[in-house]
Amino acid sequence: MTTGTALAIEASGLGKSFGRTRAVNGVDLAVPAGSIYGVLGPNGAGKTTTIRMLATLITPDAGSASVLGHDIVAEADAVRELVSLTGQLASVDEDLTGRENLVLLGRLLGYSRAAARDRADELLEAFDIAEAAGRLVKHYSGGMRRRLDIAASIVVTPQLMFLDEPTTGLDPRSRNQVWEIVRALVGEGTTILLCTQYLEEADQLADGIAVIDRGRVIAEGTPGHLKASVGTGSLRVRLLDPARRDEAAQVLERSVGPVVAEPEPAALSSTGVDAERAAIGVAELARAGIGLAHFSLEQPSLDEVFLALTGHAAEATDDEATTGPATPATDTLQELS
Amino acid sequence: MTTTTPAPTTAAVRRAISSTPRPPRPGPLTAALAFGWRGMLKVKHVPEQLLDVTVTPVMFLLMFTYLFGGAIAGSTSAYLDYTLPGLLVMSVLFTTVYSGVALNTDLTKGVVDRFRSLPIWRPAPLLGSLLGDSVRYVVAGTVIIVVGVALGYRPDGGFPGAVAALALVVVFSFGLSWIFSVLGLLMRTPNAVMNAGFMAIFPLTFLSNVFVDPATLPGPLEAFVDVNPISVLATASRSLMAGEPDGAAIVVSLAVAAVLALVFIPVTTRLYRSR
Ligand SMILES: Nc1ncnc2c1ncn2[C@@H]1O[C@H](COP(=O)(O)OP(=O)(O)O)[C@@H](O)[C@H]1O
Ligand SMILES: [Mg+2]
Repeated sequence: MTTGTALAIEASGLGKSFGRTRAVNGVDLAVPAGSIYGVLGPNGAGKTTTIRMLATLITPDAGSASVLGHDIVAEADAVRELVSLTGQLASVDEDLTGRENLVLLGRLLGYSRAAARDRADELLEAFDIAEAAGRLVKHYSGGMRRRLDIAASIVVTPQLMFLDEPTTGLDPRSRNQVWEIVRALVGEGTTILLCTQYLEEADQLADGIAVIDRGRVIAEGTPGHLKASVGTGSLRVRLLDPARRDEAAQVLERSVGPVVAEPEPAALSSTGVDAERAAIGVAELARAGIGLAHFSLEQPSLDEVFLALTGHAAEATDDEATTGPATPATDTLQELS
Repeated sequence: MTTTTPAPTTAAVRRAISSTPRPPRPGPLTAALAFGWRGMLKVKHVPEQLLDVTVTPVMFLLMFTYLFGGAIAGSTSAYLDYTLPGLLVMSVLFTTVYSGVALNTDLTKGVVDRFRSLPIWRPAPLLGSLLGDSVRYVVAGTVIIVVGVALGYRPDGGFPGAVAALALVVVFSFGLSWIFSVLGLLMRTPNAVMNAGFMAIFPLTFLSNVFVDPATLPGPLEAFVDVNPISVLATASRSLMAGEPDGAAIVVSLAVAAVLALVFIPVTTRLYRSR
């Protein structure tokens, strides 16, 4: 099973049912050590169940997996020594303060009282929660809670970290902070398995991605790979003068293709546009003297990825799956090209 | 929301990540005590929990003493002498139901996943939280004794007798609470645990000698009341308070607690891992 290659996670045919639901149905994974590996899929795809099996919280009913060379069933304790988990639900105690949470974990990991307190303070400082250290976690903002959660996962730096939807529900600023932390972690040599519903997040962070749907891996590759197979994103422009929208629509129809009027009176969008086309479209608008307040080429949504990969839309069970995190204005052309 | 705080500097994060030599695994006792500390912190941060477990027994104390005391024992003060040690038992036993409720509430939170993914001695989280719970047991029992004394209760065993009775009841509750931990692990919601728990403990308390002398009961009922462990515990508590310890009742109470713990600790530990 363990081949001695530099694979942090090796899973083959992992499966798990809950009653009649086949939550995970034969997942194969090969995660290289020292990388961030993204598991991308809509709500209910089986991401959390996969992570919980790999983190030894539940036992698979089919297949096998090894984490850092240890079998997740036979050597569960050895795996626990080396990994840590930041779950989808905040894995911190809401009825305790942030500092108490970290001191508690320090104690549980074997630090002396004094060392646990020092470690807690160091982490609170580094993760920018020192000022809220004495407040109960239930009064924390979403971003602070997530940062504390991640801090709790590295009280002892793990060799491998599971991150389950770390930015779902966060505002763009908090999301960027979490991304920074994740990058720093991997920079220090930790391997990260990241579950997410956002192509953009996987694209920003992951070196490799597995797309998972209904408990199965349906595509695998680098982010570039995946985007190439999907190809295009959607161009969105907002005009300075709403009165010129019809005129702008005609220009765009000619240069990029079918255009849709957005609910917002000055905005237009067009899906299935590659970066070059989008650049031409924007240039044409400028040449026609139509002023733009803003334009962006947004990444393909998870839905578009799924449509391209499977021919059917992602069967998301809630809104979060289809609306990615808000895309900052700077997040535009060159990123996709 | 985080309004004015700057983003954490990557450098500080990196330093925090790299500066961790791994300490040796903690021993079982250290781990359990750490969870005990967590239990205490919860009592400190969520003191309302204590209110739940003390108000009801105090209400019973007042109600029974003044409403039925005269009818049952001839006078309120005579009844207080009889019933207070029993109310002590009831008050603390009710608190054990909340241990199961708290455990169930815990399970709905993500933090349990973190605890379960730690390489620690398996029963530590459960033992530890019961340690924290014992504080609640002591508080609940103390409140009843203090209110009793305020109402004129003067046990012949004096202060040492009261402390001994309280200690016995707390030890018994420590054993009993494992049953409610099992309920807490099996049932879906904290409310269901509460309902099931009180459904069991209410009749058992009333069908004991806590409130009435079983000699006044019809035969079959009296037989049941006599073997009810809660009666035995109440008898032991009464004897300690009175300064004339009933050795047999004390030993039986402790034995029941030990058996409950021995049977249910492994069950609870297994359920905690697999849920
Ligand atoms: N403990 C459980 N009991 C019953 N069904 C579950 C349980 N956990 C997950 N499921 C089901 O398994 C499927 C996969 O869930 P999950 O792994 O949480 O997906 P994801 O994390 O990708 O959203 C879903 O249909 C979900 O309802
Ligand atoms: Mg999930």
